[in-house]
Formats: sequence, structure tokens, C-alpha cells
Amino acid sequence: MQFGIFSVSDVTTDPTTGHTPDDTERVRAMLTIAKHADEAGLDVFATGEHHNPPFVASSPTTMLGYLAGVTKDITLSTATTLITTNDPVRIAEEYAMLQVISDGRMDLMMGRGNTGPVYPWFGQDIRQGIPLAIENYALVRRLWTEDVVDWEGKFRTPLQGFTATPRPLDGVPPFVWHGSIRSPEIAEQAAYYGDGFLHNNIFWPMSHTKQMVQFYRQRFEHYGHGRADQAIVGLGGQVFMRKNSQDAIAEFRPYFDNAPVYGHGPTMEDFTRDTPLTVGSPQEVVDRYGSFIDEVGYYQRQMFLMDHAGLPLKTVLEQIDILASDVVPELRKIADAKLPQDVPANPPTHAERVAAARAKGEAGATHVGDGGDEYTGTLAEEAL
Amino acid sequence: MTDREMTDRAMTDRTASLVPPVEDRPRRTIAVVHAGLGQPSSTRLLADRLADATVRELEALGHEVTVEVVELRDHGHAIIDAMLTGFPTGALADDIETITRADGVIAVTPLFTTTYSGLFKSFVDILDKEVLTGMPVLLGATGGTPRHSLALEYSMRPLFTYLRADVVTTSVFAATDDWAQAGDRARHDDGASSLPERIERAGRSLAAIVSARGEHAKPDDPFSTTPSFLDMLGGD
Repeated sequence: MQFGIFSVSDVTTDPTTGHTPDDTERVRAMLTIAKHADEAGLDVFATGEHHNPPFVASSPTTMLGYLAGVTKDITLSTATTLITTNDPVRIAEEYAMLQVISDGRMDLMMGRGNTGPVYPWFGQDIRQGIPLAIENYALVRRLWTEDVVDWEGKFRTPLQGFTATPRPLDGVPPFVWHGSIRSPEIAEQAAYYGDGFLHNNIFWPMSHTKQMVQFYRQRFEHYGHGRADQAIVGLGGQVFMRKNSQDAIAEFRPYFDNAPVYGHGPTMEDFTRDTPLTVGSPQEVVDRYGSFIDEVGYYQRQMFLMDHAGLPLKTVLEQIDILASDVVPELRKIADAKLPQDVPANPPTHAERVAAARAKGEAGATHVGDGGDEYTGTLAEEAL
Repeated sequence: MTDREMTDRAMTDRTASLVPPVEDRPRRTIAVVHAGLGQPSSTRLLADRLADATVRELEALGHEVTVEVVELRDHGHAIIDAMLTGFPTGALADDIETITRADGVIAVTPLFTTTYSGLFKSFVDILDKEVLTGMPVLLGATGGTPRHSLALEYSMRPLFTYLRADVVTTSVFAATDDWAQAGDRARHDDGASSLPERIERAGRSLAAIVSARGEHAKPDDPFSTTPSFLDMLGGD
């Protein structure tokens, strides 16, 4: 099982000090956090994508491209890439570019975004969220797998003889997750393609998460990608830890009580009971998260939200250290012990996907021809 | 199967064939949801009377009836929490499930400042929009004076119509004056029908609708209506 962190990139006032970072400080903090996660040995860093304050992460591939250059081992991902409001052509291009730059050390997660006003800013309509996600992703896949694409759809201008460049690394597109909290249609989409499905359950009770994951697993099997328990599943999570449970509770409470999403609502005690939020000792986190496999079956990726609600950078880095040293090794042991036969331990790496594609005789061209374009027969100069 | 078992089996079959089958009385569940705050509460009182009238009529129509009462006052904090977090939990989630699975709903609110109470509306706001689609619903409200009675028609009925509920034509408003005459079936001085009469008429109407329908289909698979991917890809 992989363990990582994801950021929503919120700019939030620290309720204990009154300090509000500016956008530059917040972006730089995210870079520091990602680098620190890599050094601490976490498996994944994922950034959100937002186009409205108080969020700063508007340009995921710029950020991840930089991180690809300054990190070593960590897989870079998104949480989520907006499949609804981004031009699918740009998604295909940008993430193929990131795949090449990171040498395949990346994947991405498609999501719809739930902020109504964002859609019209990009010429779309939130009421078309699901049809947009379906049509746009179908196009992204064609742009990655077919060198020359003729295409016509409802939401974007038609394409004639279009080739998205760079072609995917080794001719194999990045692994894709689909994230959805409430919409079974998206679980259905992930299952249809045999892609991963991540349920970001940080604000949801496990009973709901379990239903969604089970549905995805059944449909994954229905579409012939393997057994239900072989489907690729991820979960969200949220923790705050100190050596002593009481210290964690006392330190985190003001952040909880003022947090942008759930603040001024339920008590921290109620919320920790009803959602995966766990505030306490590392052992309490191990006990709680070690039990999730029993709820949803063995899953391949566990993500944690750590840098939100105005927590200072120093604290976030400490949390990453505690997670990496006291929690992840224990959770790994539990996960390994619970790994069923013939179920992938982790989401597929680029190398594994290339090997699988080659085995099926699928991995094709890696780049558009040297000089002469083998698809159109023209040279770049001739187009001038 | 041993000989002994075969004999037992044969005996049982014979016995069963001698006893005429007892036809189960068709079951119906009525969920009563009210936003009364006081103790005792005239809103609760009206809700109970409407439930009694409905049950009497359903039983007369040959049904076995279960009544489940949901007191919104008990869920005051949980309703606001659900609004902030996006999901109901605990006893509130259980009660929403009860309403979802009921065959008919009786919804009663006090009228505050010209309309349903904020607690009542907040509860309706956190329901999934399809929960009440097609649900037979009887409306009731309480208020200080009869001058508020039309609030049932101009605010509460459109709310439930919007949610595509099947709202019973008769709704019942009870003002303080009505309770003074509650035991009295005589017409009001102005010729209006008495509260007990109105309650009975409303209960009869709801019972008739609930009885005529089959038992509410219990959704056992919440994802059964999810369209297949190919339909989504090829459809509009």
C-alpha cells in the first residue's frame, strides 16, 4: 500500500496566531512540504486544482514539473485535476509533458470540482458536470492512445487530424484515478476503463465510503478488468498526532473549531467518531487506519490531508515526520499481512504499465517522427 | 432424507393443507415528522391527532399500520452539523432513513414569522432531493391565530410540491382557538368546519392514497439507478 499526502492549497488564517500567509508564502510552503514528504519516505504527493481564492493551486503541472526536478522517489499526483472545466486537449498535453519530465514518476486523478461559479469562468455549466467528465475523459484517452485524432463532441470544438504532443512516455499513458464522493456515475466510469477509484472520505462516514467502493469493485469486475478485489482503490484521510493523545487534541482543537469546511459545526469528538479524522497518538492512527482494509477490502493508496486549516509549516513538517516514522511502517505491516493473493499491493507504476502493454503488444510510438511526420507525411518546415 | 423425516414432512404438508391460509394484512408505515418545540407541544398534539386519524382509517381499510415519530427538536444540533458537513449522522441519519422508507409522511410545523419554522426548513434542506419524490404527504401547522392559516398553502405546500411529493389536498391548520374547541365537533361560529372534522378528513385522504398504493418499494441497492457507462457515453 502506498501512503501519501494531498493538499487543497487553502490559504487560511492560523487561529492561534492570527497569521495569514500570502499566496507566495503558501505556494512555497507546498513545495517545501512536498520535498519534505519525499525525504521522509512517503510514497505520494498530490496537489489539488482550484481557480478561486482562498486556494492557490491553479496550475498543478507547473508545480509538479518543478517537484519532479527536485524530488527523488515520491510519486507526483493530483487531487484532483478538473476534467470538467479544463480543455481535455490541454490535460492530455500537460500531463504527457509531466510524465516525460518526471520519467513516469506521476499519475493523476480526475475530479469534477464542486464550486458552481468556476464552471462559467471556463465556459461550462456545473449542471453538465457528469456529461463533461464522461466526454472530456474519453477524448483525453484517445489523444493519449491514438496518434492522429478526428473527434467531434458536444462540449468542445471538433478536432481534425490532431496529434497531442509530446506522445506519452514509452507510448503508455499515465495511470489515472477518478475521485468522487457522492456520484456513482464516476465510480462507474473508473470501473469501465479499469482505472483507479479514490474515495476522498475525509468528510464522510465509512458506511458511505464502503458502499461507493463496493459499487466500483463490482463494476470493475463486470467490465472484465479482473476480480472485484483486484480493482485499484484509494482512500482519503485526515490525522493530527502528538506522542501523547491529550497534547494532540489540545493543539489541534482551535484549528478544528475554525476550519473552513467543518468549523463552527460538529464538535471535534463527534467528527472524529463519524469520519476518518483521527486526533491522538500515532498508535491511535495506526489502529484506526489499519482497520479500513476490513471495511473496503485491500486498497492500494492511503492519502492524508495535513497542511490545511491554517496549521503552520513547521507543524505540518513535524506531522509528516511522525506519519513517516511512527505510522506508515506499522500500517505497511498491517497492509502486507492483509494482502490477498493475486491482488496488486500498489497502484501500477509506469514500468509495470509499460511491461503490461508490451506483453499485450500495445506499446507503440514514443514520439512523432524524426523530421518527417509519419502520420501526415509533412515536415515541420512545410507547415510554415 | 430418513424415513422419519419423510413421515414428518408428509404430516406437516397434510396439516398445512387443512388450515386455511391466513392472509396477511398489508402493512403500511406512516412517518410523523414535527418541529414542535414546547413540552407539551401543540404541534406534537396536532401531529398525533393526524396520525391517529390516518391509522384509524388505514386499519378500517384492512391494513396493519406502524407509526414512527420523528421529533426534530431532538436533532436541532445534528441538523445544523449536517448542513455544515454535508452528511447526517447517528440518530438523525436513522430518522431520515425511516422517513425515506415510509409509505406516507405526516409533516407538521409551528408557523414562525409567517412561515414554517427555521428548524423545519433546515431539516427539509438537508434531505436528499429525491427522498420525498412521489411520497404521499399530509401537511399540518400550528399558529397563534387563524389569520396565519393560509401559510400552509402559500409556503408549505409549494415546498413539498417542489420536492415532488404527492401532497394531500386537505391540510390542517390549528390555531390556539381551535384547541379551545377541540372536543367540540360543532361548526365554528363562522361556519368553518371544526378541528376534529378537518383532522378526520385529512386522515381519510392520506389513508386512501397510502392504501391504494402498494407498499413503498424499499430501495435495497442505492446504486441500482446508476446508468451504465455506455449509456452515459452515448446518451444525451
